[in-house]
Amino acid sequence: MVDVTPADAVPPAEVAEVELYHPHSWWTKYVFSQDAKVIAVQYSATATAIGLVALVLSWLMRLQLGFPGTFDFITPEAYYQFITMHGMIMVIYLLTALFLGGFGNYLIPLMVGARDMVFPYVNMLSYWVYLAAVLVLVSSFFAPGGPTGAGWTLYPPQAIMTGTPGGQDWGIILMLTSLILFIIGFTMGGLNYVVTVLQGRTRGMTLMRLPLTVWGIFTATVMALLAFPALFVACVMMLLDRALGTSFFMPAIVEMGQQLQHNGGSPILFQHLFWFFGHPEVYIVALPAFGIVSDLISTHARKNIFGYRMMVWAIIAIGALSFVVWAHHMYVSGMHPYFGFFFATTTLIIAIPTAIKVYNWVLTLWRGDIHLTIPMLFALAFIVTFVNGGLTGLFLGNVVVDVPLSDTMFVVAHFHMVMGVAPILVIFGAIYHWYPKVTGRMLDETLGRFHFWVTFLGAYLIFFPMHYLGLMGIPRRYAELTDMTIMTESAHHLNSFISIMAFIVGFAQMVFLFNLIWSIRHGREAGGNPWRATTLEWQTPQTPPAHGNFGKELPIVYRWAYDYSVPGAKEDFIPQNVPGNFGLSKEPA
Amino acid sequence: MAIALVLVLVVVGSVLFHFLSPWWWTPIASNWDYIDNTIIISFWITGVVFAAVVLFMAYCVFRFRHREGNRAVYEPENKRLEWWLTVCTAVGVTTLLVPGLFVWSRFVNVPSDATEIEVIGQQWQWSFRLPGKDGKLGTSDTRDVTADNPLGIAPKDPNSQDDVVVEAADLHLPVGKPVKVLLRSIDVLHDFYIPEFRAKMDMIPGSVTYFWFTPTRTGTFQVLCAELCGQGHPLMHGVVVVDTEQDYLAWVGQQQTFAQLSAPKQTGSANQTSGKTMASGLGVAAKLETVEAR
Repeated sequence: MVDVTPADAVPPAEVAEVELYHPHSWWTKYVFSQDAKVIAVQYSATATAIGLVALVLSWLMRLQLGFPGTFDFITPEAYYQFITMHGMIMVIYLLTALFLGGFGNYLIPLMVGARDMVFPYVNMLSYWVYLAAVLVLVSSFFAPGGPTGAGWTLYPPQAIMTGTPGGQDWGIILMLTSLILFIIGFTMGGLNYVVTVLQGRTRGMTLMRLPLTVWGIFTATVMALLAFPALFVACVMMLLDRALGTSFFMPAIVEMGQQLQHNGGSPILFQHLFWFFGHPEVYIVALPAFGIVSDLISTHARKNIFGYRMMVWAIIAIGALSFVVWAHHMYVSGMHPYFGFFFATTTLIIAIPTAIKVYNWVLTLWRGDIHLTIPMLFALAFIVTFVNGGLTGLFLGNVVVDVPLSDTMFVVAHFHMVMGVAPILVIFGAIYHWYPKVTGRMLDETLGRFHFWVTFLGAYLIFFPMHYLGLMGIPRRYAELTDMTIMTESAHHLNSFISIMAFIVGFAQMVFLFNLIWSIRHGREAGGNPWRATTLEWQTPQTPPAHGNFGKELPIVYRWAYDYSVPGAKEDFIPQNVPGNFGLSKEPA
Repeated sequence: MAIALVLVLVVVGSVLFHFLSPWWWTPIASNWDYIDNTIIISFWITGVVFAAVVLFMAYCVFRFRHREGNRAVYEPENKRLEWWLTVCTAVGVTTLLVPGLFVWSRFVNVPSDATEIEVIGQQWQWSFRLPGKDGKLGTSDTRDVTADNPLGIAPKDPNSQDDVVVEAADLHLPVGKPVKVLLRSIDVLHDFYIPEFRAKMDMIPGSVTYFWFTPTRTGTFQVLCAELCGQGHPLMHGVVVVDTEQDYLAWVGQQQTFAQLSAPKQTGSANQTSGKTMASGLGVAAKLETVEAR
């Protein structure tokens, strides 16, 4: 059934080793560093810091929704600024940056057996441009008029008009500038990740031996390189509309009784550009999570990932299909209704490779040797929330079902479950998993378990009931839910409950942050390979890995990444760089 | 171990919540119970899949948890199982998609006997226009919007003259008659949404969009804006009253036509008209102030 190739077939080195850049001072070692591992930590720290801002913003908006009229300082203007910045920060500046800039930088070179990214200088620039983007974003909080309150989708015309906070002030200009910077920075990093995976792999590391983490990050990066340009042009065009009075997205408009000078632009064109980026963006966040969670499950269940080749092809299929589903965000946008037939069909087709991934994760658990470590717990919680959020996607993707549910709290619940909670649970699992490699110490177990239970159950209790508020018809993006005939007393109570859960879950993240900092010095010593894992990052001579990653000799890869519990082998794992055909290893090729 | 139990509780709790909680859709008031049925099909299929996957996980975690001396089974692939699962998924997805597409086709194809009416959104109020005796709406253009013609109805179009204009007030519709709602905005995106009708559609400045429905019961229904349209968005409420034929005709009889509203005015009606426009202009400003005050 399975094609078997000799596990020790190793091609000769094609490219001679290149001399690495070596830092000469503290500044070039820790600040303007060209080492992907340092850049990864910089990316992660910046993303976490700005993510905390988004967390606080979510508390503020939940204060308003849960206890309407109680907090005078949360005006509708402020509320819209909170939701906009919360959404934008979480999707772009936290999730994208952390998965690709953080995990991508740390794991790609180590997992493919490279000494560093192929273009270290550009890689360094990527981080600094990202930091500039974050600073421009933050500056909008202090600009006259405050940040933009256009919603994270920034739909024109309202995004650049007076009725929207920041529309005719600095808010929208800074937002668009920040996005443009982010995309420039990301492109520099992204090219690096792609070329490193394609050209920087060590001997024996064929594409079909890559850990799924690398497949996920690699495919997501290719997608991002194709998708972000659409957002880039949309931002440039809207900036021109706002600053120079062009009319790319602005038709003839009467604003508060005044005829504006714009004419002939198309608001819906922006939506197409935005979602041509925006839908792949969902998978840009999801695919790295898919990859990472596959490796967490396999390692902690001591079992090969089930159906590796199907998993790789599913990642590629999802990546490709995600470029032809974007308009499912626009079923009620007023685009030609016949688009609905096409986009509903493509959207539901994408459920098939996604379902295959879910089956293969749970089948990996079947007859495994499941260690209920913290990374494993987070991986299990990911499957629950991802399946839940994915299934509600079948509601929203099925064009006619989307009509009543679109723009309601059902959508908010759906996308938080599927691309908020689920990927963040993977991020947590991944941090508990790789922290020992990055710092040499384990995170505290008790704090970790507390963090897991509160986060998983709390997040589920926030977002599961929220679907039903949407089913009632309660719209999203309402700063006030008063004076609405459909809003019942009990729905107000449910909102208060959701808000209280949100504060509790947020508090648990403070415990996690404390754990991250405390364990750097006080955590238990981890050793080089605490999880007894097979992939190359656990086989480095030093932990944390030194500059150049692998000491004198680069590792040679003899097998796939999932030789766990191979019959006949003494240990229940065989690292990728261990030679010898154990006879019973059935690496799919 | 606790996790296995919790996974089971998540499934049981979710199912109980679904059936027992008081939060459910509003009683329907249009012909789109097809959509409700499609949602029910979706709940059943996805609910079964969710329960199956999570319970299977719970079983695996319980049954194959690590104990001293355990060893996982080495099984890289199982092509038959993988294809079998793929085919089953494809069948499930098709079962969801096909009824969905049939209902969508009903949703986008308007019956020929539907009456066209127009809804105009602007920050932050709803206005309406009904075809007069000729049964036709006149053309419109945002460029024609003036203080005296706030909806931008083409002043020279003969079809415009008998159009009934309902500015910033309640809309009435007769029960049981299909309506094609033409949607127009003069400033930003809005979305005409009545939860009880299950239908909604964005309105885009510069375009005319549409949806159709048949009101199936009389009553008063609240209109909500479902597309973020600036800081007054949550206050952009309106009212649609579904009347019996008789009540509807009585209401229409009291409304003014475009020609009446824009006729060269005698003092009385001129005051009334400009007063009204002023009021709506002030209304927006007042709303904005209320919004800010809150």
